[in-house]
Amino acid sequence: MDRKNVRGFLEFVYDFYKSMKAHEITLVYEGEITHQITKAFTSLTESNMAKEEESNSVQKKVFHVMVECLQNISKHADTFGSDDFLFAGRGIFMVSKGDEEYHVTTGNVIENSKIEELSKILDHINSLDKEGLKQLYKTQMREGRLSEKGGAGLGFIDIARKTGRKLDYHFLPIDEETHFFVLTSTISRTE
Amino acid sequence: MEVIKIMGTDDTPTVILDAENEIFEISGRSLPEDVTAFYDPILQWLDEYSESPNAKTIFTFKLVYFNTASSKLLLDILMKLEQLKENGHDVLVRWYYPDDDEDMQEAGEEYADIVDVPFEQVGYTLS
Repeated sequence: MDRKNVRGFLEFVYDFYKSMKAHEITLVYEGEITHQITKAFTSLTESNMAKEEESNSVQKKVFHVMVECLQNISKHADTFGSDDFLFAGRGIFMVSKGDEEYHVTTGNVIENSKIEELSKILDHINSLDKEGLKQLYKTQMREGRLSEKGGAGLGFIDIARKTGRKLDYHFLPIDEETHFFVLTSTISRTE
Repeated sequence: MEVIKIMGTDDTPTVILDAENEIFEISGRSLPEDVTAFYDPILQWLDEYSESPNAKTIFTFKLVYFNTASSKLLLDILMKLEQLKENGHDVLVRWYYPDDDEDMQEAGEEYADIVDVPFEQVGYTLS
């Protein structure tokens, strides 16, 4: 890097740091999500929460949500468009901690053809109350089959149940064939 | 019959299946990298056990965490126990949950609703 680029890079690092602080982000990762990564992040977050004397029930909820979110990416993030190294079978994973809430955010690329089905599943989950979610979980467990990748179709339902919130999701267009899928789960620290 | 004894790790549960000593137990955390690979030997063991089971089978679940992929496999185990009961054998599931963990308690209640096997819920205090 020449002098000008070094300066630009340092400014970027500082801006990035400030952005993370402003959004209360305590963990951010971009890349391939593997089982080892899942284990590392969950145990890191667990020990941080224990150190900060977060209540047991909050710790458990955050742990549950993290595991399901990370596994969603590791199982479903599309490898589509793999000539673009930025997006191939990877995702972004963030945890932020505010005074009242934890947020777990994931982002990954999905093919346009999957958007309709995914939206349908998420909207259906969001339309249900506590009892409805419980029934859906039971039905899915009884009738659903484990996919080749080891998914049971229960992750989103579980997140909605554990957080007691609607699933907050968005699709941002990337190109003609893909969108970026962002899901944010919120866990209250005070309830 | 062969005994299965798997020591738990931070992502796999402790499993003891010992027909002779009447121990049938799964405890700890369950979020294996490959749930099917982990639970297959257990399901196979239960199939074999079902051919000549003990007079009474008390199966203990003492889990502190399991992910949704594991929950499906746990149901598969419970369905084997249901089958055992339907074949006229005495079966009881003891579902342990930490006293302060409503979700784990509820998970036990939900399984009890899905499968037709006597369930005993047992709360305990984590030391």
